[in-house]
Amino acid sequence: MCLGIPGQVVDIVDAEQALAKVDVNGVRRNISVRLLTDDNLKIGDWVLVHVGFAMAKIDEREAAMTLDQVQKMGADYANEIEAFNSSEIA
Amino acid sequence: MKFVDEFRDPAAARALVKSITELATGDEFKFMEVCGGHTHTIYRHGIEHLLPESVELVHGPGCPVCVIPMGRVDDAMWLAEQPGVIFTTFGDMMRVPGSQGSFFDAKAAGTDIRMVYSPLDSLKIARQNPDKQVVFMAIGFETTAPSTAMTMLRAAAAGLSNFSVFCNHVTIVPAIKAILDSPDLRLDGFIGPGHVSTVIGCRPYEFIARDYGKPVVVAGFEPLDILQSIYMLMLQLSQGRSEVENQYSRVVPWDGNLVALKAIGETMELRPYFEWRGLGFISHSALQVREKYAAMDAERLFQVPGVRVADPKACQCGEVLKGVLKPWECKVFGTACTPETPIGTCMVSPEGACAAYYNFGRMNRTRVAEAAQAGRS
Repeated sequence: MCLGIPGQVVDIVDAEQALAKVDVNGVRRNISVRLLTDDNLKIGDWVLVHVGFAMAKIDEREAAMTLDQVQKMGADYANEIEAFNSSEIA
Repeated sequence: MKFVDEFRDPAAARALVKSITELATGDEFKFMEVCGGHTHTIYRHGIEHLLPESVELVHGPGCPVCVIPMGRVDDAMWLAEQPGVIFTTFGDMMRVPGSQGSFFDAKAAGTDIRMVYSPLDSLKIARQNPDKQVVFMAIGFETTAPSTAMTMLRAAAAGLSNFSVFCNHVTIVPAIKAILDSPDLRLDGFIGPGHVSTVIGCRPYEFIARDYGKPVVVAGFEPLDILQSIYMLMLQLSQGRSEVENQYSRVVPWDGNLVALKAIGETMELRPYFEWRGLGFISHSALQVREKYAAMDAERLFQVPGVRVADPKACQCGEVLKGVLKPWECKVFGTACTPETPIGTCMVSPEGACAAYYNFGRMNRTRVAEAAQAGRS
């Protein structure tokens, strides 16, 4: 639950509700980017995703490292991705 | 993976271990990490075994699932069983044992309990079920509280009247203070939490350095981050300094996330006190829904029993959470208590010290047993 998983912003879905579509290791889901209002997120930016919210903007290097780290968590990462897959934020 | 390699560089790790060893002369050093993610990295990469024997890492109450007392789990179960309620929670909570079984057990018995990835998924369930009251079990440190807060603000803006929060958000700083004030443990410094600090920043730890004279280094999650943080702590001690330093500045801003803090402050306020598993009641250590948002506070909407339940006798999660016991020193670790059939919360969550140790450390435990055997014979 406390995992922060890197995702890349691929679309701004609803600017008013601050919803963006992010790609997490090939899976695309909507998340809220409201917490990063001050970061002026653009398509292509990387963020740490936690319980459906972008919690920090990160660079590509940090994203690659974090992804490698969380993937090594095995079942915990699989559970997190399964939960992310089941998400239907709109 | 070109980026990853430099953070896993064995030569860099060796150099750091050498520097730490050079500073680890004479005294013994005990550092506590208070973040489940750090515990995980430490066990996965066997960092404890790279360090000189005089440097010990102690695992603190960094797992939000683990610190929820059984009475709160029972209260949640009671809420879930109320007529017209759809109870929603993170998957991590599902196996946590209450005194009458887990959420999985209750779900199997027909209670409407749904696992969600995000509080925003709960909100969607509320929109789809206008004739039901959808309760979200909010748990987590300051990492997760902003997500609950933002979801409440969105529900309020949409005028939704059937979404509420059973708030169990806890705050890390009072727990650190309780540990510092406890006579059980002497610590020399803290590895500060990574994700919590993206929200609260580094300033809330300043009292630890100033009033208690213990250095704090906010750290990232790579093995080299942890090693470098330990080195930074040792360096401070060797130079007679006690300061807050930010090793994870590539992600953690010194002042935190002001948008997130504002959302928390708008919707929630500190509780006078809250019970932590193992640590007991700690003043101002958790959040509750503000009066202004009373219509979204499950504790106000329902007369939650507020029961207190003692932990199972065999369970020593309390000592593990305080760092007084190592996971494998618990009487039931790996025997009666395993991730499949947990007795205590530390074995339930993947961030719990016991689950992390069980998953990565069985070799070491065997070695401990062998050493004990050798000592006896």
